[in-house]
Amino acid sequence: MLSVLTDNWDLFRDGFWLTIRLFLVSAVLSMVLGTVLGAFRVSPVPALRAVGTGYVNTFRNTPLTLVFAFLFFGAAKMDLALPSPYWTAVGALTIYTSAFVCEVVRSGINTISPGQSEAARAVGMTFFQVLTLIVLPQAFRAIVPPLSSVFIALLKNTTIAAGFSVVEAGSIPAAMSERSENQLLTLIWIAIGFLILIVPLMFLQRWAERRTAVA
Amino acid sequence: MSDSGTLTQTGLVALTGVNKHFGELHVLKDINLSIAKGEVVVVIGPSGSGKSTLCRAINRLETIDSGTIELDGQPLPSEGKSLATLRADVGMVFQSFNLFAHKTILQNVTLGPLKVRKMDAKQAEKRALELLERVGVASQASKYPAQLSGGQQQRVAIARALAMDPKVILFDEPTSALDPEMIQEVLEVMIDLAKQQMTMVVVTHEMGFARSAANRVVFMADGEIVEQADPESFFTNPTSRRAQDFLGKILKH
Ligand SMILES: Nc1ncnc2c1ncn2[C@@H]1O[C@H](COP(=O)(O)OP(=O)(O)OP(=O)(O)O)[C@@H](O)[C@H]1O
Ligand SMILES: [Mg+2]
Repeated sequence: MLSVLTDNWDLFRDGFWLTIRLFLVSAVLSMVLGTVLGAFRVSPVPALRAVGTGYVNTFRNTPLTLVFAFLFFGAAKMDLALPSPYWTAVGALTIYTSAFVCEVVRSGINTISPGQSEAARAVGMTFFQVLTLIVLPQAFRAIVPPLSSVFIALLKNTTIAAGFSVVEAGSIPAAMSERSENQLLTLIWIAIGFLILIVPLMFLQRWAERRTAVA
Repeated sequence: MSDSGTLTQTGLVALTGVNKHFGELHVLKDINLSIAKGEVVVVIGPSGSGKSTLCRAINRLETIDSGTIELDGQPLPSEGKSLATLRADVGMVFQSFNLFAHKTILQNVTLGPLKVRKMDAKQAEKRALELLERVGVASQASKYPAQLSGGQQQRVAIARALAMDPKVILFDEPTSALDPEMIQEVLEVMIDLAKQQMTMVVVTHEMGFARSAANRVVFMADGEIVEQADPESFFTNPTSRRAQDFLGKILKH
């Protein structure tokens, strides 16, 4: 069983390395975009709220494969020059995942009593200060657990990129069948690979939960 | 005491023809109210009469439908940075304290001066400790709000408001969430403020406070200012029927 892995180590190594890069870059970008959208959804400006709501309703309800397809084929149809498949995949994953991050952030914000932001506004803080100094730090505790689920989903979702000529871990089975390797063992090794990637995420969640439990 | 201020002079806080609806409900009906610098105005009235809404309208935590509200001759800005700047000058003390739960007592008091007034950290801390001393909770400075009693939390909330050097402080039923034995310690701090000429708008049913500290009592019912007078005349000799009924009810217990 081990030889399946060791004989094809180059495939597994390169595939998972690309998966990790897809995941980390998309996670950071989705976190940023999702938080901004979440702020839009609670902002006092109706137009921003509408943008936030429209975004979430659109991308949370579109299958991820379709988002990929739109970016890869739709853009090509419109003669738009696309960046590399890797960055196009990062774009698709980020667009999709941000909608979920936005909802997690928004519902986290809703767990904080309105009295907290009223008191902050009464002191003279701007909307941005109220959000970053008072509301988000307190909402963080409620945000961590559902956010980890969103990121674990993102990690698994990276395998969709294989269908769009990105050679991440999801593309290993096809390459392995070209080398006439055992398909079942290949899949088992890929599953183990993903489990190994999820472990640090779980530790990160534990750590963040413990850090926010104090206050 | 005069029937002060409808049109003659503009006070520090001046409301003119203010109306406010919540959907169908007309909660503020053509309110005219002028509050002079150094004046202490107690707002009293039955539940749902619009006292909190009036208070919150003064620093625009509630928007109004028509009329004007002026602070120090300036109309309230509608949004954004200039509104925040104005709010910095209007202190607010809430019924439920609303101390920042993730900040220490000291940080609760320094946060506004640091982030809004851009005061230097040392100076903000020094001033905060003085204020905490003044309201009698300096020894709790490094604790978190949840570790304090309600009376202590409310005194911290007053210190937090004072730290901004506000022109006026709004109190919305500052003692009604407190256990009876803690009411007095908060009222004493407020009476002390009144003595030092702080301009205050206080929604409260504490008649002892009104009698000892207020210059004027404003009685509201159904969104209207029905009657206003100095505390002595108001409590001993209310002129309107509704004020008489209301005082009859609250004086019984
Ligand atoms: N956000 C809101 N949306 C809808 N109606 C509201 C809102 N806030 C207050 N009201 C209604 O407006 C009326 C006035 O409310 P307000 O809180 O100003 O009264 P109050 O005099 O402070 O009463 P209380 O003594 O109970 O605090 C009430 O009928 C209340 O139900
Ligand atoms: Mg009220």
